[in-house]
Amino acid sequence: MRSFSGFSLLWGGLTGHKHWRQQWRSPEPKSSYDAVIVGAGGHGLAAAYYLASEHGLRNIAVLEKGWLGGGNTGRNTTVIRSNYLFDESAALYDHALKIWEDLTQKLNYNLMFSQRGVMMLCHTVHDVQVFKRHVHANRANGVDNEWLTPEQAREFCPPLVTGSQLRYPVLGAALQRRGGTARHDAVAWGYARAADALGVDIIENCEVTGIRCDGKGAVAALETTRGLIHAQKVGVSAAGHTSVVMGMVGVRLPIESFPLQALVSEPVKPIFPCVVMSNTIHAYISQSDKGELVIGASTDAYTSYTQRGALHVNMHTLAAVCELFPMFRRLRMLRNWGGIVDVTPDRSPIIAKTPVPGLYVNCGWGTGGFKATPGAGHLLAWTMAHDAPHPINAPFTIERFRDGYLIDEAAAAAVSH
Amino acid sequence: MLLIHCPHCGPRPEIEFVYGGQANIMRPGGAGVTDQQWADFLYARTNSKGVHAERWRHVYGCGRFFNAQRDTTTDQFVDSSGPRT
Repeated sequence: MRSFSGFSLLWGGLTGHKHWRQQWRSPEPKSSYDAVIVGAGGHGLAAAYYLASEHGLRNIAVLEKGWLGGGNTGRNTTVIRSNYLFDESAALYDHALKIWEDLTQKLNYNLMFSQRGVMMLCHTVHDVQVFKRHVHANRANGVDNEWLTPEQAREFCPPLVTGSQLRYPVLGAALQRRGGTARHDAVAWGYARAADALGVDIIENCEVTGIRCDGKGAVAALETTRGLIHAQKVGVSAAGHTSVVMGMVGVRLPIESFPLQALVSEPVKPIFPCVVMSNTIHAYISQSDKGELVIGASTDAYTSYTQRGALHVNMHTLAAVCELFPMFRRLRMLRNWGGIVDVTPDRSPIIAKTPVPGLYVNCGWGTGGFKATPGAGHLLAWTMAHDAPHPINAPFTIERFRDGYLIDEAAAAAVSH
Repeated sequence: MLLIHCPHCGPRPEIEFVYGGQANIMRPGGAGVTDQQWADFLYARTNSKGVHAERWRHVYGCGRFFNAQRDTTTDQFVDSSGPRT
């Protein structure tokens, strides 16, 4: 792997940029691997990278039915934060945020990680009480979060209107300064490049069509559109299609797949300094480094695999954005799209062993998986390598739904799911 | 936005309805219900990719529940005349 640096970029610029090479191979699948990851999104590629770099496995493949990073990794709103209410969630998401903080250096790939701050607005007395509780719970867990008055919120985000002319005036805000954004595609590309350099085979256009088990019921091989691939350890990281893959071995999960939409405006000059979200009126907005305002809508009401949703869902979010930021009313929207998100009843993920020996699953991230990309990959890799969960993901089992140990972030969510 | 055929009121826009999730999930009865059976009833879902049996309620119309079948790969309704359950 050729290392990137300021010097290499300068040298490339002076020599006509002829130094760029393919960043990872496109190998033919082998008939057997020590470990296989299903799904080459950010989570799956990160898992393969950590299996190779931290757990000494080298004979690894990542299978992808489409193209690398073409699912929810390429469809999210790139927001990163860890201000979740419960102890288990705060530990999980802050684990990811800590990895984000020096990931660009570790991968030698510019992820454009920007800790510009994530500000969550309160519009009702109930919001104020809930978000103050979040602030205190986060600080008790060592996660930064601070309370802002409406004046301080406006100072932090000048385009924001906080006054009484709003239907739902801003009564305060919770700010996580360590939160921010990253370039979503670069995360997948950076992990793919680093994993490939460690010998991981990334195999695109290779859809898993069946899972074969041995006489004892353990995973033995995957049937794919590019042939049979033997593996003793299989990690499924297939987001919205998790139920489809797990259904191949008869495992039913507490998951439903919903369309989640996002949209971007035409690009404008830097105008918006942070990420702002509002649960009560569902505004969710930041500005990309390209200049587009990136706006997240809520999920559609019904389950679907279509990667598209209804216009009225976007209109609802745009109305809230225009109310809070009147200067954006004349902006035109450039494009919108949908992704299929795998939602659990308690809105917390599952990173766990399954009833099938050798089969592991990382799913249920719902509407908030991007922020957890490095942490989810790291913990899935750990769980696969040790055949046991890391203490951080030990509570995030499938069995928690049977045993009554739900981690109910659904009730504590930042933006309604 | 989906155009949903209410069996009582005819075709109406999606915003008149609320989604009721997967249809035909039977509540386990009797004294010997295990934790696993109860968890499956509460939480496990088929999450079909393809034709999906589901419940809708025409909440801003007649207010009644009905069953429908929709293809989740196209969002086309196959049938929405199912019995109320």
